[in-house]
Amino acid sequence: MGNEAIVRGALEAGVNFVSTYPGTPASEIGNIFYKIASKAGVYFEFSTNEKVALEASIGASFSNLKTLVAMKNFGLNVALDALFPFVYTGSKGPTVIIIADDPSCHSSAQSEENSRGILLAAHIPVLEPSDPQECKDFVKLGYQISEKFKIPVVIRTTTRVAHQKAPVVLSKILNPGLKSKKAEFVKNKNQFVTLPPRVLEMKKEMLGKIEKIREISEKSNINQIFGGGKSKIGIITSGISYLNVMEALDGFGISLPVLKLGFFNPLPERKIKAFIKPLKKVLMAEELEPFLENEVERLAKETNCKLEIFGKNLIPEVGETKPEYITSAIAKITGKKYNLKSTATNAESIKRLPQLCPGCPYWLVVSAIKKAVDVKDVIFGGEIGCYMLFGNAPVDLQDYLSCMGSSVGIAHGIKKATGQKLITFVGDSSFFHAGIPPLVNAVVNKSNPLIIILNNETTAMTGHQPHPVSDVNSGINLENIVRACGVKYVKTIDQINQAGFISLIKEFLEKDEVSVIIAKHPCKFVLPKSKNAKTK
Amino acid sequence: MITLLQIISEAAISEGYDIKTSELHGLSQRGGSVEVHIRFGEKIYSPMVEKGKADLILGLEEQEILNGLYFANPKTKFLVNQFIIPIPLRKPLSGAGIFAQVKKISGDITVIPAEKICQEKLGNSVVSGTYLVSFAASKNLIPLKPASIRDAIKKMIPENYLELNLKAFKLASDSEAMK
Repeated sequence: MGNEAIVRGALEAGVNFVSTYPGTPASEIGNIFYKIASKAGVYFEFSTNEKVALEASIGASFSNLKTLVAMKNFGLNVALDALFPFVYTGSKGPTVIIIADDPSCHSSAQSEENSRGILLAAHIPVLEPSDPQECKDFVKLGYQISEKFKIPVVIRTTTRVAHQKAPVVLSKILNPGLKSKKAEFVKNKNQFVTLPPRVLEMKKEMLGKIEKIREISEKSNINQIFGGGKSKIGIITSGISYLNVMEALDGFGISLPVLKLGFFNPLPERKIKAFIKPLKKVLMAEELEPFLENEVERLAKETNCKLEIFGKNLIPEVGETKPEYITSAIAKITGKKYNLKSTATNAESIKRLPQLCPGCPYWLVVSAIKKAVDVKDVIFGGEIGCYMLFGNAPVDLQDYLSCMGSSVGIAHGIKKATGQKLITFVGDSSFFHAGIPPLVNAVVNKSNPLIIILNNETTAMTGHQPHPVSDVNSGINLENIVRACGVKYVKTIDQINQAGFISLIKEFLEKDEVSVIIAKHPCKFVLPKSKNAKTK
Repeated sequence: MITLLQIISEAAISEGYDIKTSELHGLSQRGGSVEVHIRFGEKIYSPMVEKGKADLILGLEEQEILNGLYFANPKTKFLVNQFIIPIPLRKPLSGAGIFAQVKKISGDITVIPAEKICQEKLGNSVVSGTYLVSFAASKNLIPLKPASIRDAIKKMIPENYLELNLKAFKLASDSEAMK
């Protein structure tokens, strides 16, 4: 699997320090390191959120360790504040950051985010693998670039790459062992302190690095031209779309020149210009927003202004780029016939919306709420976690849904604006991820939502990773933290006690200050011995 | 489903094929549909099956076959577990209704009560997937040797479930095809 290959690549490169916050389609990377880290001699942690994960790795990199950070696209948004200055200071120990996008939102809510635009704004070098072999190879190349130019490097995957399986040729694991590597933070104000006016010099140095890396990109064989002969029609592509292009050309039995870009940033501009110069038509086989297409349009103005550029006029910007979209686009620009025989366009398709698992303790929260209040009179806030499934019928307890931590922040705004009754849900892992600042804000700025923190002792949605209060010995007490945020009305209750839970909801909903109920009952998959091995 | 993908992949690799697979399993545990694509052959680029280009559509549940129709053409073979998992808030479609839809595209549909057979004969329906894959190989619905499937099961299935899976393999290989 792509994610397994990423882990393998990091191990082959001799990674020392790995930090992450789980998020699909990147979750397996952390899950595997969680299992193997101590045996592999690698430091690993599930951090409280992606920004903290990145910061941990920045610290390790500043201390000369080889580091890996992994997150999904929305995690990048959270980590962004730490990422921008990190590209300025650069890394010391080589650093690779994995960002996994999810075109078509197979396992994402909130937006169909294409991280490439954000990464461009951060100026960070970005490599885009197409298959598991490249996942492994590009991670290693990323470390080489990072080591040489002292800059972090991003490997950007998508679901179809991260969850793609294919044979991978392995090399030896370079096992430095954390202990054998001497980590030391050597003071260097010039590199690590982004105070003005030095910060602007840093930007200049950083842009200089990018231009040097562009030279690598120009010569690199991961930006490669395949096939073509003297055809005047060419294709520029990257990531999963490259594989679908090759498959389609194979299907038509034709050969067109194909430029596969392994570098998204910096782009090999000379190579692209040389590629498009003799062409009459070029197809940009690019998933989601047309970043490459815009660049090629710009470069074509300089080198071949008559070039016809096809891209988003043939391939949708919404949803993943399915193979048939590419096949039909190639058919259109080459004049080949492509008849989609089949298919039952009028057949009834079925949608199986995810539900809370049978036996999920959250069902008891739902039943208590429906008994405690008239749901028509209350606004229900939600965010990212299993409890977002409250939004599906028949539960239907979700009147707004946005990013992690936002349910409390938005609740505060609604309460300030309207005074309507409001109950909002936050998961335990999300509370630690981004829920504390908005709680403090609601207390300080005096609004009165009822916040129900669902403590099931695990990060259930992404595959049961641990979080700050999943281990009773962590020294963190959820209720004490809520109290320390200035919340007077806070109570922990097991929702199995339905009568108590119902009367608590009724009581707290009438408070004129913030109130918090901690509904504490473990996810049925973290109960001892409840984990049945499944073979399906 | 993911286990089946591993068994078929392993068998295909053992026969020297190039292979790529793709899986979507974000919310499977919570009752969402799971869809995996497996492509093997001499040279494989993409892990994704193109619309209308599936050779075999294997459904572990009857209603799910309707989602598979997107990938079907008149030559596509269907192998379906006679088994229905109800969808909340909606009346389950009848098997006959579903198969009528399938037959509009392809008449090659085999329905096997794998769930029932495995429960009755092996006392555990959890191996109905293994049963179906073994059935597909033994009846030439999938161009892989039954022996490769058997070896792949031995390689991929954890030891405490191996015997049960091998029994399911044998049961399927010995069975008669029903159309």
